[in-house]
Amino acid sequence: MDVEILSRIQFALTVSFHYIYPPLSIGLGLIMVILEGKFLLTKNPEYHVLARFWTKIFALTFGIGVATGIVMEFEFGTNWATYSRYVGDIFGSALAAEGIFAFALESGFLGVLLFGWNRVSPKVHFISTAGVWFGSLFSAVWIVVANSWQQTPAGYHIVGEGMNARAEITDFWAMVFNPSSVDRLSHVWLGSFLAGAFLVMSVHAYYLLKNRYVEVSKKAFKVALVVAIIFSLGQLLTGHHSADGVAVNQPAKLAAMEGHYDSLAAADMYILGWVDQENEKVTGLSIPGGLSFLLHYNFTEPVIGLNAFPKEDQPSQVNAVFQFYHIMIAIGMALIGISLLGGFLWFRGQLFEHKWFLMLAIFSVFLPQIANQAGWFAAEMGRQPWVVYGLLRTSDALSKVVTANQVMFSIILFSLIYILLFSLFIYLLNKKIQHGPAEDDLIDERPKQKEIAGAF
Amino acid sequence: METFLGIDYSTWWFLVVGAVFTGYVILDGFDLGAGAWHLFLKTDQDRRIALNAVGPVWDGNEVWLVIGGGALFAGFPDVYATLFSAMYIPFMLFLTFLIFRAISIEFRSKEPMRWWRQMWDTAYGISSIMLSLLLGVLLGNILFGLKIGPDKEFTGNWLEFLNPYAITVGLITVALFMMHGGIYLIMKTEGRLYLQLRMHVKQAIIGFVVLFSLLTAYTLIYVPHLSDDLKEHPVFFSIALIAFLSIANIPRLISKRKYLYAFFFSALTMSSLLLVVAFELYPLILMSTIDPEYSLTVHNAHASEKTLGIMLIIAAIGTPLVGLYTGFVFWTFKGKVKIDETSY
Ligand code: HDD
Ligand code: HEM
Ligand code: HEM
Repeated sequence: MDVEILSRIQFALTVSFHYIYPPLSIGLGLIMVILEGKFLLTKNPEYHVLARFWTKIFALTFGIGVATGIVMEFEFGTNWATYSRYVGDIFGSALAAEGIFAFALESGFLGVLLFGWNRVSPKVHFISTAGVWFGSLFSAVWIVVANSWQQTPAGYHIVGEGMNARAEITDFWAMVFNPSSVDRLSHVWLGSFLAGAFLVMSVHAYYLLKNRYVEVSKKAFKVALVVAIIFSLGQLLTGHHSADGVAVNQPAKLAAMEGHYDSLAAADMYILGWVDQENEKVTGLSIPGGLSFLLHYNFTEPVIGLNAFPKEDQPSQVNAVFQFYHIMIAIGMALIGISLLGGFLWFRGQLFEHKWFLMLAIFSVFLPQIANQAGWFAAEMGRQPWVVYGLLRTSDALSKVVTANQVMFSIILFSLIYILLFSLFIYLLNKKIQHGPAEDDLIDERPKQKEIAGAF
Repeated sequence: METFLGIDYSTWWFLVVGAVFTGYVILDGFDLGAGAWHLFLKTDQDRRIALNAVGPVWDGNEVWLVIGGGALFAGFPDVYATLFSAMYIPFMLFLTFLIFRAISIEFRSKEPMRWWRQMWDTAYGISSIMLSLLLGVLLGNILFGLKIGPDKEFTGNWLEFLNPYAITVGLITVALFMMHGGIYLIMKTEGRLYLQLRMHVKQAIIGFVVLFSLLTAYTLIYVPHLSDDLKEHPVFFSIALIAFLSIANIPRLISKRKYLYAFFFSALTMSSLLLVVAFELYPLILMSTIDPEYSLTVHNAHASEKTLGIMLIIAAIGTPLVGLYTGFVFWTFKGKVKIDETSY
């Protein structure tokens, strides 16, 4: 295999693995802020117990998020050196801003959030929790801005020619508020809130089913359900906005998402389907003219199709883009269904009475995770063959001096590490969940303060 | 190029990047150094205390690396691209150890079994040492110069990062960090552990002095571009002298139990050594050993003026904020380590 394919596999592997954790941290952060806020307002110790319990799980997701995040920052230099030269002027400033504004805030307050329960007052602790959460929201801002600039470049000009060409900034705010960043940022935030909310619902539904920690679990479940209802509906809105934006800014991507080839025809919206790239045909279940309607409020208006682009400017994996996109949307609908169903049962006073609903809540934890991954794969594969849309091709973005063997080595290395990491994550997550939100700590063997004082 | 206070933007940015990496070395230096001592501590209790001494702060320290990387990327994209792609394998190893270190801190105390703790202790100790070593090796390569061709691309072999000069700088870094981390742990511990650490710090200082003399001799004989620079600018000697005087001061401060001062002096040692490095390099950042013409410098590898201006504003706003959080955390966790139920 050549360096290009290997480097793409490596980037996809490392970034997808990383992206399991940030959404959980951002989402759990929101829930922890609500729980601690409720504790401050109501002084009900149950909320305190819950906040401490979720902090421990948060520590786990956050820890792995940090450990896997630096990998990508370095990969830009190691694997995508030409890309780094090309976009450094623009991309680097977003990355540096992320470090200084977001990560420093997060990791600074993280120490207090995790270890400060006995050292600072509940108010200061609440502020630290909020600080960590804001930090995680900001970090999403800068990284998504950087990625959105790759999708829809703005506020730059090109200097130099041929191999020396590179993008330089002309307008910082135009770069930050490029055509897709607001839509995509809100979409990514909401996707993260959903990931957090569904994890909380899942764990507490499990306790309810097992008849453990019943009272606190009911409280936590309701908090998470409210979050889920609001943001699953909101996600439809931000997703629709994104699609509108893609239609204007990246028509080839939108065409690939629906497998639409013929520029003179109205575009259908598929519920399920399979793209035959050879014959440029989609078979499946569709709403005829549905996409035309969503974009132009008219079922017969033509939509730009893949045919409008030369072969070398079309995404190479149309079917994959199509499938990932549809998985995300199907899950989006399912999440709305589950949340509204929960709201309805709650309204009827039967939220915790049906075993099947609790079972459903337990397993739905996977859905936002899958949707988040599928969303990124659709967005990034739909951008191909460009790294920077319309400006720099992926095949030109590689490091010139790195060989296939080196990349192969690092892929194997990361695969092994990530398998280990993921197994440990699942093992410890399960352990923490089994242990539950009790007041005493996870490992009772740990010496207590008094014993230590006596040890010397 | 625009100037501010008579110094052009790209030189300012060179100073900013240098300052961030110095901050990184001072901060992460002590927790890497503390980690390097980990396997020398015998009982589980001692190890837990040592771990909890860095527990609340190591992640914040590591962020300086992330910021430094971003700052280099933004200010000198060509340097970032050339250095990172030339040093592919060391950077991949660096990432590996970074991950192992983070998770061993996280996971070590989650299970009581002996083998479990032994396993993570080993991972933690070894990765701390290897990270210090790799940082030094990278610095050594930057000092020594790389085979950079006319198109700013590395033309050497992937194994060249392992040369005697770089390895010596690597070992020096390990010794320096172990001294620094040892002093930090002394501030944070009591009783028998504390006595043991006082002895270790002295060993680290001896190691540093021996290795440093070796490196100086090596530089004078084999690395003319560095030693000529030194001879031309007597200022460099005085800074190097400060580094030596401050390190010589440390044992005295330790025997007088002035640990905080000792810690500051060890930070001073590291920053003056890095200052010498910065002076040595400037205006070069990556020297080409093929032809000095091909070197990447502050003048030919920088980002646009506009970006540098924006970044200087970002740095001006961001730095006080970072200082504020850092101060808040260190203040909250000041004093000797007390193990409680939220500890590792
Ligand atoms: C939606 C948000 C989001 C997205 C798209 C990404 N990340 Fe991330 N990243 C986070 C949100 C986040 C986070 C929630 O803020 C983390 C998780 C834990 C943490 O400390 O911050 C994080 C950690 C994290 C760290 C470690 C920070 C530290 O040491 O504290 C780095 C260097 C990166 N990320 C870099 C990247 C890069 C280069 C990405 C893309 C290619 C990327 N992240 C995608
Ligand atoms: C965190 C969630 C993300 C996921 C899951 C993700 C997913 C992917 C995938 C699957 C690829 C490979 C595409 C292909 O080979 O067809 C890719 C490539 C890439 N992505 Fe993303 N991406 C994410 C975020 C980002 C962000 C935030 C950035 C920029 C800051 C980014 C920059 C890139 C680059 C530079 C490549 C390599 C070049 C390429 O193949 O296009 N990605 N990503
Ligand atoms: C409900 C219907 C949804 C619609 C119509 C929708 C639409 C879209 C569109 C058009 C994109 C591509 C944006 C671009 O390339 O610029 C996208 C990306 C994405 N989607 Fe969705 N989405 C929906 C639901 C969801 C859900 C439920 C999640 C996760 C819980 C999710 C997570 C993501 C992510 C992480 C991305 C990649 C980041 C981005 O490009 O914004 N989406 N979505």
